[in-house]
This record gives sequence, structure tokens and C-alpha cells, in this order.
Amino acid sequence: MSEFLFRFSRDKGAVFGFAVIALFALLAPIGPYFVSQNPYDLGSLDLANAYKPPAWLADGDAAFPLGTDEQGRDMLSGIVYGTRISLFIGLCVTLFSCALGTIVGLWAGCAGGRVDSVLMRIVDVQLSFPAMLVALFIMSAFGRGLWKLIAALTLVGWVMYARTVRGAVLAEKGREYVEAARLIGLPPILLALRHILPNVATPLIVIATVQVGNVILTEATLSYLGVGVPVTEPSLGLLVKNGYDVLFSGIWWVSVLPGSFIMLLVFGINLLGDFLRDELNPRLK
Amino acid sequence: MLIYLVQRFLQTIAVLVAVSVIVFFVMSFTGDPVMMIVPPDATAEQIEAARHELGLDRPLPVQYIVFMDNLLHGDMGRSYLFRQPVVKLITERVKATLEMVMLAVLLSLAVAIPAGVYAAAAPDSRLSRALMGGSLFGISLPSFWVGILLIFVFAVEWGLLPSSGRGKTVAGWSFLTRDGLAHLIMPSVTLALGTLAMLTRLVRAQMREVLRQDYIRFARAKGVSPSGLLFSHALKNALIPVITVFGLQVGNLIAFATVTETIFAWPGMGKLLIDAINTSDRPIIVAYLMIVAVIFVGINFVIDVAYTLIDPRIDLR
Repeated sequence: MSEFLFRFSRDKGAVFGFAVIALFALLAPIGPYFVSQNPYDLGSLDLANAYKPPAWLADGDAAFPLGTDEQGRDMLSGIVYGTRISLFIGLCVTLFSCALGTIVGLWAGCAGGRVDSVLMRIVDVQLSFPAMLVALFIMSAFGRGLWKLIAALTLVGWVMYARTVRGAVLAEKGREYVEAARLIGLPPILLALRHILPNVATPLIVIATVQVGNVILTEATLSYLGVGVPVTEPSLGLLVKNGYDVLFSGIWWVSVLPGSFIMLLVFGINLLGDFLRDELNPRLK
Repeated sequence: MLIYLVQRFLQTIAVLVAVSVIVFFVMSFTGDPVMMIVPPDATAEQIEAARHELGLDRPLPVQYIVFMDNLLHGDMGRSYLFRQPVVKLITERVKATLEMVMLAVLLSLAVAIPAGVYAAAAPDSRLSRALMGGSLFGISLPSFWVGILLIFVFAVEWGLLPSSGRGKTVAGWSFLTRDGLAHLIMPSVTLALGTLAMLTRLVRAQMREVLRQDYIRFARAKGVSPSGLLFSHALKNALIPVITVFGLQVGNLIAFATVTETIFAWPGMGKLLIDAINTSDRPIIVAYLMIVAVIFVGINFVIDVAYTLIDPRIDLR
């Protein structure tokens, strides 16, 4: 463990990634207490403040550090609230799809035979279609909505975990300790949960880390296309879409700034994920 | 080999039938298309008549059989909004999407292979580190945001490149004219960026794996030149997994073309799909998904076959 921490502290990228994630993790719960307005409370908006550029530009107003949008909404407040929604979706989807994929993977790997081949056929077929398009299809059928989006992205995301867990189960199944546990009469479910699952946790952690970033990107893309979150609960992607219309009149901050927060967050997650992948992969040591 | 091909082909057909069932049944639960086509003040009789005319008053399985029958005769219905056959609407736009995706494919291969090989050959050099950091950054970028940045910088601020449309086309292709090419650059670069970054990382990882093997050490000892070692001995083996992922990436590019086309108002299939989703134009959505499914399944089929041709060690049975 201390060796792990040592290598972590030597890897600038990983430290930076971790710092970014920590910042966002703090921003989401406590951010709303620090920003000047609740962007959903229409009463707090003043149209006279519309299209103020960020504070560091010539016409900027220190009250609106990142400028305002067409309704005079403080961009920083909008971004803080949008980050909460994006992170919430990212974490929920990762949790649910990891759980679903792990169950299916354990089931397929332990049961073997026909169950295994049917489940893995489904996984193969779904993996041959781009995740974005499958999510787009599901959302066009469901319609917009926060929980609908979470459900759609979970349905798209579970396959990666299922395939990984199933592969790891097959590798572990032949080991002596599993054989021994089976011989002393442990029921298959306990065998899978208590003996096999802990041993497949490492690849799961790596995939889940990177997946949080991917989910946030896919969510942002769907919301940008207008089939993701509803207008009442704008994530960062929807904020970018809302700002697109005024881009051509030179008002860039309404779309560019929320997007840069998505990028920063996903980049941080990927940096950490990259480090974890190298670190937890025994083949590279 | 022939038996494998036939088996694989039958599997492919089975997958397509399954996709058609899922797409058809899921889409038939969304909204009421009749309300899309009748005038807002239509009477109940008019609505019923329109429903009957579309065949939507029949049981779902019957509707599906009619749909499949028409599909096999090359008829995928008419768009509710455009009042035109969807096959025509989509084929009119295929070239636009195709040239954008092809240019993105070429761009990403042209950059990713040399960059990945270099980063694997000289892993500790400054440039390699920059390439790896840059590629990680590249896969973290939301592509729609990149498009917006490009539009703002090159179209709004500098006025160098057009921000929307295809420009002048010759025989339906933009890349044949100067003006069309200027329109094509930003959409293709936006589309290529993610794939480019991902492939760079993949090529590097595979090359590092291969360079560690004994036959490479042997070739070096034999006196093969460093460039010969990299490009003719190592790269060939490193590319095998790259080709699989690349096939999946082409599918991804088609999916993300919907995003790029929306940003740059590029009149391709993807923009047609997004517009159709926003107007609940069901026949277009179903037809698009079926056509794209055929493309993806086809790509997978070709990759599997290409596998055996590239690497004789792979036994497909």
C-alpha cells in the first residue's frame, strides 16, 4: 500500500487527476452555498444582467465571475448546478451498470454451458454497436428525463463489466482455492460472491474509473443533442447546447465555459484511470 | 473456411432480424405518429382514417410482418414530415456522411500510426510523453465542444472557414471543389479527434507488447535496420488488434457523425436522424437504425474474415 502511495505521489498526472476529481467532488455538495444565485429560481434572475462577459474581460462584472447567459443567469452558478447533475448521472450509471454487469458476468461464468453462451451472445451483439447510438435509440424511444437517461446509459454500460467479470471468473474457476471451497460444500452463490468476486475486483475498479468519465461524456453528448436531461435539470452538456445559438454573435462564454468543465473533469478521471490501469496490471510490473 | 463463412453469414442475418424486431417494437411504443400527420383540428373520423391508411390499426405482429415484407422489397415507408420515401431521403444524404467519415478515418490513421509507433519506439523521449499526455487529453474532449471551439475560432473570430453546410458539390461530393473542401475540414477534424487519440494509444500499447518479444530481439541481432524493425517486423503484428478496434471505431464515427453534422449543419444521415428524433418522424428513425445496423454487422463480418487473411495462426472454428 505504501509502495502504491509512493508511486502515486511520483506520478504528476495521477496527482493532478486526483486533485481535479477531489475539487469536483467538493464542488458538487458544497458549491451551491458559495455561488451567488440559484439558477433554477427564476425570481433571482434579472434580464438587465444578460450576456455579461466573464469578469476578466473589459465589460465584465465581478458579481458574475464567468459571465451570464441570455436570461442574466450567473454562469458560475449554472455550471456548479450542472456539474452536480453530470456527476450524479456519471456515478449512478457507473454504480448500476457495474452491479448489473457483475451479476450477469458471475452468473454466466459460474453457470457455464448454454446460459453462458446465450448471455455472451447478447453481450457480443451489443458491443458491436456503438454505445452512443444504442443510447440515442433508447432515449429517442423513452423521451427526455433524468432517470430515463440513467436507465438508458445503464443498459448501454453493463456489457463491458459482464464480459470482464465473466472472463475473470473463468480464469479463477480452475484455481485450487475455488476447488477446495467447492469440495467443503459451499453453495455456488456463496462461492461466487465470497471467493471469486474479490479476485475480479481489480479489473472492475479500473474499468469503473474510466467508465465514469465515459458516461459523463456520453451524457453530455446526448444532452447536447437534445435527447438527454430535461431543460429543467440542465447538465453541463445541455448548458453548452443552450449557449450554441449565441456563439455566432461572438458570445462564446455561454457555451465554451461549461464545456471546459466537462473536459477538465473527464481529463482528471482519465489521468487517474490511466495510472490505476498501469499500477493494477500485474503484467506490466 | 467456407463452412465458417456460411455459419458466420447466417449468424449475421439472425442478428439483423433480432435488431429489426427490437427496433420495430420499441419504436412502436413511442408517441402517436398519427397526431403528427393529421391537421390539428382533425375530427375523430379523420384520425381513424389516417390511422387505417398507415396500417397502424392492425395488431403489432401483423404490422411487423408488413414492415419486413416492404423492407425486403426495398421500401422502408414514407417520412411523416417530408412526405417522401425514407429510402430516398437517406440515400440522398449518404454521400455527405460518407465523405466526412472517410476523411476522418484517413486523418486518424495518418496521425495515429506514426505517432503510436514513435511513442512505443522512444517511450522516454519528451515528444512521446507529450503525445501520450495529448492523446489522453484528446479522449477526454467532448466532440461537440471541440466543434464549437473550432467554429468560434476559425469561423466567428478569424472568418477563415465556413461554419455550416457543404459548400459547392460536384456529383454530390464536397471534397472535389475548393469551396466544398473548406466546408469539410472542420467537421472531419472534429469527428477524427477522439478516434485519433484513441488509436494512438492503442497502436503504442500494441507496439510495446510486440517489441518485447523474442523475435524482435532476434531480428535486431540479425542486423535489421531500426526502421525496418519497427515498420515491417513489429507493426504488422501490432496492427492485428488495432484492426478490430478500428472496425468498431468506424461504427463509432458513424454514430458521432450525428453530433458533428448537427453542430456544422452538415446535411448528412446523422442530422436527418437527430431531426427525425426531435420531430418523432418514426419511419426515418427505424430506417436509419436498420441501415446502420447492416453497416455495423457488415463491418464486423469483414473484420472477422480479414483476421484469417492477416494472421494464419487464427483458427476461427
